[in-house]
Amino acid sequence: MFNYQFDWAVVTSGQYAQWLLSGIKVTIELSVVAIVGSFLLGLIIAVMRMSNVRPVRWFAHAYLEFFRNTPLLVQIFFWYFGSYKILPKVVNDWLNTTNFEFSAAVIALTIYTSAFIAEDIRSGVRAIPKEQMEAAQSSGFSYLRSMYYIILPQAVRLTIPTLINQFLNLTKNSSLAMTIGVAELTYQARQVESYTFKGFEAFTAATLVYLALSIIITWMLTLYNKHVLNPLGVR
Amino acid sequence: MISFQGVHKWFKDLHVLNDVNLHVKQGEVFVVCGPSGSGKSTLIRAVNKLEPIQKGHVVVDGYDLSDEKTDINLLRAEIGFVFQQFNLYPHLTVLKNITLAPLKIRKLPKQEAEEQATALLERVGLADKRDAYPAQLSGGQQQRVAIARSLAMKPKIMLFDEPTSALDPEMIGEVLQVMQGLAHTGMTLMVVTHEMGFAREVADRVVFMDYGVILEEATPEEFFRNPRHERAQLFLKEILSPMH
Ligand SMILES: Nc1ncnc2c1ncn2[C@@H]1O[C@H](COP(=O)(O)OP(=O)(O)OP(=O)(O)O)[C@@H](O)[C@H]1O
Ligand SMILES: [Mg+2]
Repeated sequence: MFNYQFDWAVVTSGQYAQWLLSGIKVTIELSVVAIVGSFLLGLIIAVMRMSNVRPVRWFAHAYLEFFRNTPLLVQIFFWYFGSYKILPKVVNDWLNTTNFEFSAAVIALTIYTSAFIAEDIRSGVRAIPKEQMEAAQSSGFSYLRSMYYIILPQAVRLTIPTLINQFLNLTKNSSLAMTIGVAELTYQARQVESYTFKGFEAFTAATLVYLALSIIITWMLTLYNKHVLNPLGVR
Repeated sequence: MISFQGVHKWFKDLHVLNDVNLHVKQGEVFVVCGPSGSGKSTLIRAVNKLEPIQKGHVVVDGYDLSDEKTDINLLRAEIGFVFQQFNLYPHLTVLKNITLAPLKIRKLPKQEAEEQATALLERVGLADKRDAYPAQLSGGQQQRVAIARSLAMKPKIMLFDEPTSALDPEMIGEVLQVMQGLAHTGMTLMVVTHEMGFAREVADRVVFMDYGVILEEATPEEFFRNPRHERAQLFLKEILSPMH
């Protein structure tokens, strides 16, 4: 019954290892760009969601509901197969000069994750005493500048554990990009499997890499928070 | 410097400021007292529009706060505000708390802002705390940093809303001392406080308010020797009583 011949050399050396390595590189690129993008976009949407200008607030609300409540896979397909029909020609021309699969995956992951991050940041902001905003405004900072210099830095510190979670989800979700042909880690593992029939080795390797990436992201952000951001203001 | 003209404010049905007319002159030390809930905080917060008013005018340094042409952020930069609960920025060091607004609003060069902050910290007796975080300071120290933070903007006016009420008794003196020093520089100060010793020694004028109404406006000598209004008499008796 159990006559499968393990062959770990398939994934540790030679051409197939090269494939996996290039997949790891693409996964990291995809994740890093989308992590940075979704964080910045999440901040902007969170601030818009709290705006006292009604249309701005409503737009942000609709954005959050829409992107949080539709499947990521559908969103990836939308940006890949559907977006060129609504985007202006200049944007399409530019996208075609880039790696379009990659761009569509980045856009989908960024926007999808930004909706979750915006909600997390908004609850972080709610946890900051309103006196902080009053102190900032008393010094002459406008509402937006108070947010930027005083409220958001504190809210982000409070939100770091939740943000780490969102970034891990994003990294894992990046595997869905294989469905539109982005040659990331899962895609490459699948390639190795179909050329060698060594599915167990290929996907074990992929699993371990995702695990390692998750641990590295958690570890880096935790250290950054502890030593650079200094959440309680005490060393 | 600060003028209230027929000012009214309501929180829903609650009439918190009722036809307030006051004029605080440049360089004056103006003390506001009154029982809890009488509207003192609302009054002083109306000066920098932390509380908007519904009727009347508040005019500060010649600018009417209800005038659309008044840039409130520019005006607030000229008005220091010291809170009962200090409200330092907990994620920033003492030095950065003080230099943030001068750097970003006044656009001072970093070196100049830091030198100025260091000088202010010396003035409030906290030169050795510049790299500490607010959480590492006592209440009295935090309040002195908060005063230094306001002074760093070189304001024309300083507002204090019960700056010593959240402090342990042994720390009140150090904060009052800093405020007294300020009074002698000729800055305009408006101070909500129950520290009657401070009022007696430093104030040019004292007003007493209750239920949103200014009931008494006098020099400290008049106010303490012979308060006219019955409620002011009662208030003084309670607050000065050794059994209190
Ligand atoms: N945001 C608010 N919404 C509703 N009512 C409020 C609000 N702020 C203050 N009040 C009420 O307005 C009245 C005046 O409040 P204010 O804070 O100005 O009093 P105060 O004289 O400063 O009192 P204290 O000595 O306790 O600080 C109080 O009855 C208070 O409960
Ligand atoms: Mg008060």
